[in-house]
Amino acid sequence: MTTMRRLKQALPSLTVIAVLIGAWWTVVIATGSVIFPTPWQVVNGVGELMRDGTLWQHIAASLFRVGSGFALAALIAIPLGLWMGWTRGAFQTLNPLIQMLRPISPIAWIPIAILWFGVGNASPIYLIFISSVFPMVVQTIAGVHTIERRYLWAAANFGVSRYTLFRRVVIPAVLPQIIVGMRIGLGVAWLVVVAAEMIALRSGLGYLIIDSRNAGNRYDLVIAGMVMIGLIGLMLDGLMRLLERLKSVRWRYAR
Amino acid sequence: MPAKIVVQNLTKTFASDSGGLRVLDGISFTVDDGEVLAIVGPSGCGKSTLLNIVAGFERCDEGSVIIDGTKLARPSSNGILISQHGSVFPWLTVQQNLMFGLNGHAPNDKESLADRYAAMVGLKGFEASYPHELSGGMLKRAELARALVVKPEILYMDEPFAALDALMNLRMRTELLRILAKERHTVVMVTHDVEEATHIADRILVLSPRPTRIQATFEVSLRHPRILTGPEVQELRTAILRELGVDSFSA
Repeated sequence: MTTMRRLKQALPSLTVIAVLIGAWWTVVIATGSVIFPTPWQVVNGVGELMRDGTLWQHIAASLFRVGSGFALAALIAIPLGLWMGWTRGAFQTLNPLIQMLRPISPIAWIPIAILWFGVGNASPIYLIFISSVFPMVVQTIAGVHTIERRYLWAAANFGVSRYTLFRRVVIPAVLPQIIVGMRIGLGVAWLVVVAAEMIALRSGLGYLIIDSRNAGNRYDLVIAGMVMIGLIGLMLDGLMRLLERLKSVRWRYAR
Repeated sequence: MPAKIVVQNLTKTFASDSGGLRVLDGISFTVDDGEVLAIVGPSGCGKSTLLNIVAGFERCDEGSVIIDGTKLARPSSNGILISQHGSVFPWLTVQQNLMFGLNGHAPNDKESLADRYAAMVGLKGFEASYPHELSGGMLKRAELARALVVKPEILYMDEPFAALDALMNLRMRTELLRILAKERHTVVMVTHDVEEATHIADRILVLSPRPTRIQATFEVSLRHPRILTGPEVQELRTAILRELGVDSFSA
């Protein structure tokens, strides 16, 4: 029953995807393109990468970099966002800097990343960190700033200490928005993985895409890499959304 | 016997585009120990602002609030505010909410106290429920229990049952009266519901439109349980409504 209901729920989005794949296939056949692959060629490309084992190596490498950069960003962004949201002085001091750094494209950081960290894992991890840290900081600050006054008053009414107020009211009140920030941050992390892995690395889905294009216009593998990034991104977002099911967070969601 | 709460000459002006908007204009009253005082007034007259100042959450421009002979500087757990929109923490269970304000108790004592008060307001069996799993009436009960469990001397109630349907509103009032008969609390309640005031209060202050002053005071000497459809309550209700400019009810 549950499986049937889930299938029914997924049917509209699966239909949209199927229609798009159909349109893609039709256009490639109609135009007789020799470079742009059909969906079936992409599937074959994925099969080829799976058979020789390189797909898993690329996925593992990208997951490691995205995971490291994102985890580092979350470790810094969430406490920083809580502190900046709660302490007026910290917000007034640091917010202009955050707002200046936030719009800078991760691609602009590539030369600096190479200069600071050289060619290796540290540079892409830094790029992923720098791109996912700001959405989480901003979202956490906004979460603290929009805590409803009635909850702060209620806590103050019971005479709790500032530490208890922060721990038992501020953090749980902001948690739903922290989760939203983490979802945005993780999405951005996957967004920049291609640019991050352009830095003379020889592994990762980003590298697979660039290398497949450079080494003989293998657009079937380019798209295979893109599809894998999309699918892994979808799965990780699904995992992150499991946090929304926590009963202590559920109150924030209408559905 | 000196008054429990002495409110002296409270004045409050809010900044607005067209200069200052004077909301409270020299409000003075007292509340005796164990008395239930209801404050009624037209919408937007500053009832909630007045209550927030008396409870210590907002500052006044002039005047003072004295509780048990001491000038009030900040809110304290001696006087709990039950807010209009509810302030039960949605990320805590009913039991955790009730335990929130119990400082200085052993964990086991906290749990048993919380469970006792949950049962007292009819929430036995819902201790582990989260607020979003409760109905509006149950939420109000949880909020009332969370206030009562810390044994405050004063309850400040801001339109406490306004969001409930008529039947639940009546039930909650009856519940409150039952609790007040058992546990002695001084209550200051603001409401726009004249029937609610005549049902519960020992004294009713009627506020004027802005700038708000006390327009009339009604002593309510009727014993509980009051018959809401009885002539005394109806007469009182008509008199209050007349003060509020609603004469059609008496026609």
